[in-house]
Amino acid sequence: MTLLAKPWIWAWGAAALTFALTIGLTSGRGAGELAYAALSFGAFAAIVGLGQMLVITLGPGNVDLSIPATMTLAATLALKAMGSMPGTALLGLAIALAVGFGAGLTNYLLILLLRLPPIIATLAASLIYQSLAIWSNRGLRIKPPEALADFATGRFFGVPNVAWVGLGLAVLVWIALERSVWGRWLLATGQNMRAARLAGVPVERVRASTYLAVSVFAGLAGYLLASFSGGAALNMGAEYLLMSIAVVVIGGTSIAGGNSNVPGVWGAALFMFLVISMLNSYGAAAGLKNVLTGAIVIAIVIAASTRKGRK
Amino acid sequence: MNTLSRYRIILPVVSLVVLLAATFWMQPRAMSYFGLNLLFNLAVPIALATMAQMMIIMVNDIDLSLGAFVSLVACITATYLLDTPVLGLAMLVALILAYAAMGAMIHALELPAIVVTLGMSFVWGGFALFILPSPGGASPDWLRALMTVKPPFAPMAVVASILIAVVTHLLIIRSALGTVLRGVGGNTRSVARAGWSVLKLKACAYGLAGFFGVLAGMALVGLTTSADANIALRYTLLSIAGVILGGGEFVGGKVSPVGAVIGALTLTLAASFLSFLRLSPDWQIGAQGAILILVLTARLIFSRKGAET
Repeated sequence: MTLLAKPWIWAWGAAALTFALTIGLTSGRGAGELAYAALSFGAFAAIVGLGQMLVITLGPGNVDLSIPATMTLAATLALKAMGSMPGTALLGLAIALAVGFGAGLTNYLLILLLRLPPIIATLAASLIYQSLAIWSNRGLRIKPPEALADFATGRFFGVPNVAWVGLGLAVLVWIALERSVWGRWLLATGQNMRAARLAGVPVERVRASTYLAVSVFAGLAGYLLASFSGGAALNMGAEYLLMSIAVVVIGGTSIAGGNSNVPGVWGAALFMFLVISMLNSYGAAAGLKNVLTGAIVIAIVIAASTRKGRK
Repeated sequence: MNTLSRYRIILPVVSLVVLLAATFWMQPRAMSYFGLNLLFNLAVPIALATMAQMMIIMVNDIDLSLGAFVSLVACITATYLLDTPVLGLAMLVALILAYAAMGAMIHALELPAIVVTLGMSFVWGGFALFILPSPGGASPDWLRALMTVKPPFAPMAVVASILIAVVTHLLIIRSALGTVLRGVGGNTRSVARAGWSVLKLKACAYGLAGFFGVLAGMALVGLTTSADANIALRYTLLSIAGVILGGGEFVGGKVSPVGAVIGALTLTLAASFLSFLRLSPDWQIGAQGAILILVLTARLIFSRKGAET
């Protein structure tokens, strides 16, 4: 019963169910490949989802809409700097993280100095990041250095390397949220910003660090995704806007803020990928797939809200 | 309160006039019937989409599905409305009802509008792909004729924008319904206490948004003469930006229909202006973001000055 009361159990249960349904279709063949793909693609969704979760925890109205543009910009600039040369992987990583940091700083300064609602600030900024990415990319498709591509698509103890990165990040975020003062501050700010400020929580520092974190995570996700898929593309981040918000909500984090859930993000990230691959293996057309994905997200939001209501 | 903060319409007007003056200075030949028509050609669907977004922002929600919705409408207009007008019309009416139902559901179940509309954007986009898997279709002749009509004195886009502004101003600012709808954004509880059904009002606001979204999609097809499933995706961002540029606020039911139309015109003009600057088209999207930030900075400075006096 205590296990069933955990909000993240639903996301993991749904992920397991979809996995079983997909495998059932092929009567057990391809289970390993499916798990590998789910862990790899789930990792990208989980990394941006963790960042989005921190921002949503800050309270109503806080959401980062610049994640796709930041991912694309970070990946484009990192791959351009590496120029497919061997031994430049760390340089690329540093550039991707720096781009993320810069984007986060810009977002936060817009919110702070112009007193913009975060939605409009991140939206306006994302248009600029997108332009920067288009301008610097010019339609080129630069391959990542071979060693980096091997790392991004490789595995360690049977688990994809990108999934290790995503898991490591999840553990870090969990520790920061549950075991550090910063985590307590973040939750307090999300529950009631005014009360938190009066209680001596450095609210602005918490907000700044959160918006920096989400963008740095997005930069990392963009870097890994570009290395994984053999190059940066201008629309590579597009699907991660819905994805980042969906995995947070499905994972059991409260959209009203002040309450976050790290394991749920991973469960939901796996679930989202598995749903799409299940629809693929049942031969659904692209249109139907989109309709069902949207309907499932809404159904889960409704289910989550009625569950909350019964308490 | 000084004049500037009391009349929040001043800033959008000034932004548009400054941008227009700069455009004319760069390219004097644009100062003609034909030139204005080219500059504001695509303003009508954007202005209509902005009106749709305004209806949602008015009741303190935000609609991230609008671009996909307008694309879906465009696909239906370019196929069903052309071949089987009755069926096409029924589909468009059903879409408006679906929007109203979405509003009722968001209110009744206390769902976060941002997540529901983001999910719906996939649903609309999926349906659009069903109808038009690849770009195509054609505009109904009457729609094409309506969008390319050449009224005397001012081009179609300008006349239509003024018409949209006047109609929505009467609807939202002057009518009883509009006042109550803005009240939902201002103070939901007191509207409910006064005996109104907030559920019905929210459904009404979303239904209006659906209606204007449908008009936007139809106007777009009338201009482009064909459609595809991704034709209007950027309208989501443009419409939000237009409402905010026009002096609207995210919360509190503070919106200005006239301002929002002007905001939409400013954004349309910004794209044309950049091509006059011979700036690379790579920067067009970014420039819209920069203009948005600039105008909001200006608004902040004015409202601070207002607070001091």
